[in-house]
Amino acid sequence: MWIYEKKLQYPVRVSTCNPTLAKYLIEQYGGADGELAAALRYLNQRYTIPDKVIGLLTDIGTEEFAHLEMIATMVYKLTKDATPEQMKAAGLGDHYANHDGALFYQNAAGVPWTASYIAAKGDPIADLYEDIAAEEKARATYQWLINLSDDPDINDSLRFLREREIIHAQRFREAVEILKEERDRQTIF
Amino acid sequence: MNTHQKTYHPYASPFDPCKPLTEKTYSTPPHLYMGFQPPNLPQFTPAEALRAGTLWKDFYDPYFNSFERAKGGPQT
Ligand SMILES: [Fe+2]
Repeated sequence: MWIYEKKLQYPVRVSTCNPTLAKYLIEQYGGADGELAAALRYLNQRYTIPDKVIGLLTDIGTEEFAHLEMIATMVYKLTKDATPEQMKAAGLGDHYANHDGALFYQNAAGVPWTASYIAAKGDPIADLYEDIAAEEKARATYQWLINLSDDPDINDSLRFLREREIIHAQRFREAVEILKEERDRQTIF
Repeated sequence: MNTHQKTYHPYASPFDPCKPLTEKTYSTPPHLYMGFQPPNLPQFTPAEALRAGTLWKDFYDPYFNSFERAKGGPQT
């Protein structure tokens, strides 16, 4: 079960009216390496991973929903007052045709989210390596989003989210070390 | 200390249609070099940590785009 705290993990402020940026940010909402995929991937893998690292998957999977909520807030704020003309000019005319201003789980190119973005092999090492790769890909996506954005407040929040991906990748790497069970014999470089 | 960014120089043909980018960069954040986190690493204060996204100074690697760097932001 979960307990919900009615605030964002990190403040989301938007300095400029820029619906085009919302179109790009959707990549982290419903894209292959986005926050929804991350949350569902980890929370599903928990059941078939050695118990030493179940808690880690629960913690990180839960945090990914907090990130999803931050991305949703950015997209919402960037589009909530946009007219159909502004949506069209931002490349969101086809989104508007289907959804009006509603958010949807799709990537920046409008491809709907699919469960084939996530894997569950059942082999603990294979699954954790997938998770490490997913974190590095999410980190890279945040870099490209920061490169595309000239909104200083959005970039501040995106930098926070990218830092969290670094920490998640680190913890998944440590989980692999725990499962290798030779940690004490290992030299730390 | 490790650098958080590396560069390489791709080949540019005299017939390339666009002005070549002679230097490309990519991120190599600090966790790539850490292995299992050693004990007693230096910490941010709680207020700093909430802003940074990590409690641990050694994992902090803020990313800025070229416009932010040109405006005098950190050169990471
Ligand atoms: Fe993550």
